[in-house]
Amino acid sequence: MSLSIQNLAITLGNCSLHDVNCDIRKGEYFVLLGESGVGKTVLLETLAGFTSAQMGAIRLDDMDITSLPIQQRPFGIIYQDCALFPHLSVRRNILWGLRQRKISAQERERRLAEAAELTGVEELLERSPLTLSGGETQRVALARVLVRRPDFLLLDEPLSSLDPAARTRLRALLRRLHRRGTTILHVTHSWEDAVSLAERIAIMEKGTIVQTGTPEEVFTHPRSEFVARFTGLRNIYQGELQATNNDTALFRTGPVEFTLLADGNSGEGHFLLGSDEVLLSIEQPATSARNCFSGQITDLEPVQSGVEVEVNIGVPVFARVTRASMDKLKLTTGGSVWISFKAGAGRFLGD
Amino acid sequence: MISSARKPDRLQLLFTLLGGVVLLFIVAPLLAVFLRSSPAVILETAQESAVQSSIWLTLWTSLGATLLFAIPAVPFAWLLARHRFPLGRLVRGVIDLPVIIPHSAAGIALLVVLSREGLLGGMAEKIGLQLTGAPAGIMAAMAFVSIPFLIHAAHDGFKAVPERLEKVALSLGASPWRVFLTITLPLARRSILSGMILMWARGMSEFGAVIIIAYHPMVTPVMMYERLGTFGLKYALPVTAVFLLVSFALFGLMRLVAGDKDVT
Repeated sequence: MSLSIQNLAITLGNCSLHDVNCDIRKGEYFVLLGESGVGKTVLLETLAGFTSAQMGAIRLDDMDITSLPIQQRPFGIIYQDCALFPHLSVRRNILWGLRQRKISAQERERRLAEAAELTGVEELLERSPLTLSGGETQRVALARVLVRRPDFLLLDEPLSSLDPAARTRLRALLRRLHRRGTTILHVTHSWEDAVSLAERIAIMEKGTIVQTGTPEEVFTHPRSEFVARFTGLRNIYQGELQATNNDTALFRTGPVEFTLLADGNSGEGHFLLGSDEVLLSIEQPATSARNCFSGQITDLEPVQSGVEVEVNIGVPVFARVTRASMDKLKLTTGGSVWISFKAGAGRFLGD
Repeated sequence: MISSARKPDRLQLLFTLLGGVVLLFIVAPLLAVFLRSSPAVILETAQESAVQSSIWLTLWTSLGATLLFAIPAVPFAWLLARHRFPLGRLVRGVIDLPVIIPHSAAGIALLVVLSREGLLGGMAEKIGLQLTGAPAGIMAAMAFVSIPFLIHAAHDGFKAVPERLEKVALSLGASPWRVFLTITLPLARRSILSGMILMWARGMSEFGAVIIIAYHPMVTPVMMYERLGTFGLKYALPVTAVFLLVSFALFGLMRLVAGDKDVT
């Protein structure tokens, strides 16, 4: 099920969206990233039919669903606050969406068991939603949607109110759902969620979508202030982490191998390195840093706090230097330099 | 807050005193009704068949009016809570009219339509139903003056149900009917029930509009008035005491029932 948003314009209270264009492919994990209050939830609500657009069209495969009533849209929607029915037990919350359908009681129970197992809420079925923790509430909300077996999930900041352990668990669950073929549109203000989950990201700013692409494309070549502010994210590499026999791990991306501190992680994932964590020198540095590479400067980009120097070492690496350092080192495009960073710098986000 | 709890200031003292005056103003006359009539006389009055049938009539007509008019009033309250529409403010003003007009005026206005010459009265008579001087007319008068209480309470109850819950429920594939009946209504039920109790109580206590529509059969407030006018205060007090006791018992019980809390 693919979704196409065409020239959408929505005004709701103080929120105004305009010229929103976006295509989400079948089976894709798509993250809509933007600051709080930018209108991400309004867009999600418009897709779900909760509010109507003043202009534009929403197409699902070849069907125009712009003015379809909520109950006829095939989305499963999960809000940040989950919107569980407070007067019904967890079990009845989960089963609620199946009552309308002509499904046998046996099949209903089977689906309940399946969704409860997948989301890990088997122990909570007889509880009242009012007694659940944030993570439990999210998982129940997910189970309530999953029993209906939707092909398309709309998620509104599902991870933002969770503690780190619950967040990791729910992320793993979302990845699992995605692997099973569910198309997911996930709205968030967290770049961490975006990097760890998205196949593609759209950046929303000033009421419209300003950039769409893979996490690497979007963070390496930001076209918005919002993303540019995360300068730390300009060094973002997809690859594989392998633990070694000692206290370090090797991260392979393209032709390059970085040495990182082992923290128990391994496998596919993203390595994020702050451009201010990268040291730049003209000569090979005599340093304890485990990562030392020579390369050529391909770009010098002035930023608010200095200059971002792009060095090609087989993969592009951004290093931030002050203007004074740039003058002192006489950095020019095409010049040869060394970059170095410690094994403890940056962080790895596993898929 | 802490310091005021330790040492009440003058303002707090004054306000407590004023509160006491208000409470006394309400409680003292009611208490006087019981102090001025002996328990034996109250018991004797409670056994009078005229009193019993009057109380029974008052109870069932007011309850009937509440249940009957709740059917259109509750959905109407939901509509007011959820949607904006042209002349919405005017509509809200109209709902409050029965509260602000004199109840004798309400009775006279109702008489215009409920009497034989009136639109509704004329139509009812054709099918053999009498509205004035009959329980149906009493119910109409009671409902007229008390329905704003139900609409307001239900409106507030619906407002307190997050609209998002209804929309999420719709997104789970349910029809708007099912969402209203199984999500919205149960979540607003306490306010609705509270509004119904208020409407019932207000209907039971109605005198001005009812006496114009039906002197007979006699609801208890009319009976109190009749005994006061015909025999004097001494004879009006016992029936008043009996009716007050019935009212207190009933509404105390209803409040208890309405205050329950459960998850199904």
